[in-house]
Amino acid sequence: MTLHQFLLPPAEAAKRAGPHDRIVMSSRVRLARNLKGFAFPGWAKKAERVRACDVLRPAVEGLPQMAGAFAESMEALSPLEKNVLVERHLISREHAAKGAGSGIVLSRDHSLCVMINEEDHLRMQCLCPGMQLQQVWMAIDQADTALEKKLDYAFTAELGYLTACPTNLGTGIRVSAMLHLPALVLAEQINQIIQAVNKLGLAVRGLYGEGTEALGNLFQVSNQMTLGEAEAEIVDRLTKVVAQIIEHEENARASLLEKKPKSVFNHIGRAYGILANAHSITSKETMNLLSLFRLGLEQGLFGSVPHSLADELFLLTQPAHLQLRFSEKLAAEERDVLRADMVRERLRNVNRPSTPPAAGPAAPDKSGAP
Amino acid sequence: MICKQADAKVHLTQMVDGKIKKVDLCEDCAKAKGVDDPTGFSLADLLLGLGASQELAQATAGRETSCPTCGFTQADFKKSGRLGCGDCYTTFADGLESLLKTMHKGTRHVGKAPHITQPSRLVQDSLKLLQTQLDQAVAAERFEEAARLRDQIKLLKEAGTGVLAA
Repeated sequence: MTLHQFLLPPAEAAKRAGPHDRIVMSSRVRLARNLKGFAFPGWAKKAERVRACDVLRPAVEGLPQMAGAFAESMEALSPLEKNVLVERHLISREHAAKGAGSGIVLSRDHSLCVMINEEDHLRMQCLCPGMQLQQVWMAIDQADTALEKKLDYAFTAELGYLTACPTNLGTGIRVSAMLHLPALVLAEQINQIIQAVNKLGLAVRGLYGEGTEALGNLFQVSNQMTLGEAEAEIVDRLTKVVAQIIEHEENARASLLEKKPKSVFNHIGRAYGILANAHSITSKETMNLLSLFRLGLEQGLFGSVPHSLADELFLLTQPAHLQLRFSEKLAAEERDVLRADMVRERLRNVNRPSTPPAAGPAAPDKSGAP
Repeated sequence: MICKQADAKVHLTQMVDGKIKKVDLCEDCAKAKGVDDPTGFSLADLLLGLGASQELAQATAGRETSCPTCGFTQADFKKSGRLGCGDCYTTFADGLESLLKTMHKGTRHVGKAPHITQPSRLVQDSLKLLQTQLDQAVAAERFEEAARLRDQIKLLKEAGTGVLAA
């Protein structure tokens, strides 16, 4: 089965719902693990990496959770396929650059994904829509416990799981939630939130993790420290912080609509106007406008159109997903035109936002008439 | 800005793993970090905070140490900000200690551990304590006590392996 046959079509992927998915796009926990007796992938020679992969891949594929999984070596995937996986948040950009001796195993329901020989021998993640940090932690913990019965992990009682980068040492855990926060951005409260979150020892990053921009008002909140704090505590702390951010975003939405409705409708209306009428649009502009469109959908300005339409377009309009629909290699300018064509087409049956009627002219004052 | 004492004159932008990283430095810091020559700039410093590679170098008293298991050196760490293998954590333990302190909540692991491969933390801690007492007893020529301690250690180790075999 090819990767494209295996992956859910974007429309279906966008329809997967989860708790609080108005604001929480996805929840993820990833664990870093290494084999005892093997050099870390970044330092190992190719032969050693291949040997490690030969030990790891059957163990991962043999997990009950991986029945019917998609498993492939990175060298067997095309650059386009790798980028599609990045856009689906299933592998890291770093892993997309890997070739022989590295691999990927993706569970049938797409929630569990294991990267083999990324920066560490194993980078396994569980990714689910909505606010489900507790659930994804339990799922990945279970897979890890099953794996440790078959694999001899590099571990010491003192330092925990040994990782290539000292920043992941100990639990090797990264717990993160992807949040859509358009109102906090519009209300200019986002920097305060980011600072407060940073003070708690948590990181706020952009769409594709470390060092990336916050496109489309999407922010990824995650733990930074991995040594000296147990997994359950980290998950619990992040759950509490995310619950607070959700509350702040909901408050910001309510207060904006109450105090500055015109400003909100202006942003959403303009976003709709451009998306529904543009003939050339970059991926970055699309993401930022789709964020406002999604906000409008959630506020019921577009009737019964579900917010999954925004999520689907979000996926479809990214470079690799767009390229997938066309056989010939597209230049960036061509992509911008085709992207605009597709978005226009998809919004053809979506009516203009129905905002409250404008206040009419004041009723003529009859008594004062000459 | 790193030292926050002088105005930044050197603005360094580097591609790291396909991502852009920016650092602003004053002239003195730039020289101290060898940024006059951009190729010599330490990725470890960028990734783990300025001073990371220095701490590792100081801990080994300036001598070039290499990991007996995998041959990784502190110069390699300076370049990549990553270690070579699990044993590097032992090889470079002294330098890493202070680095881990600045980076993490603690310097000792708390949380999940593989059940089968490791004797429990409790057993290890007790073993360490008993061994110290044994050494003291031997040094003080309290041989009866030493014999008792030796038997205890033996018992605990057997119990430990018993757990392992289970």
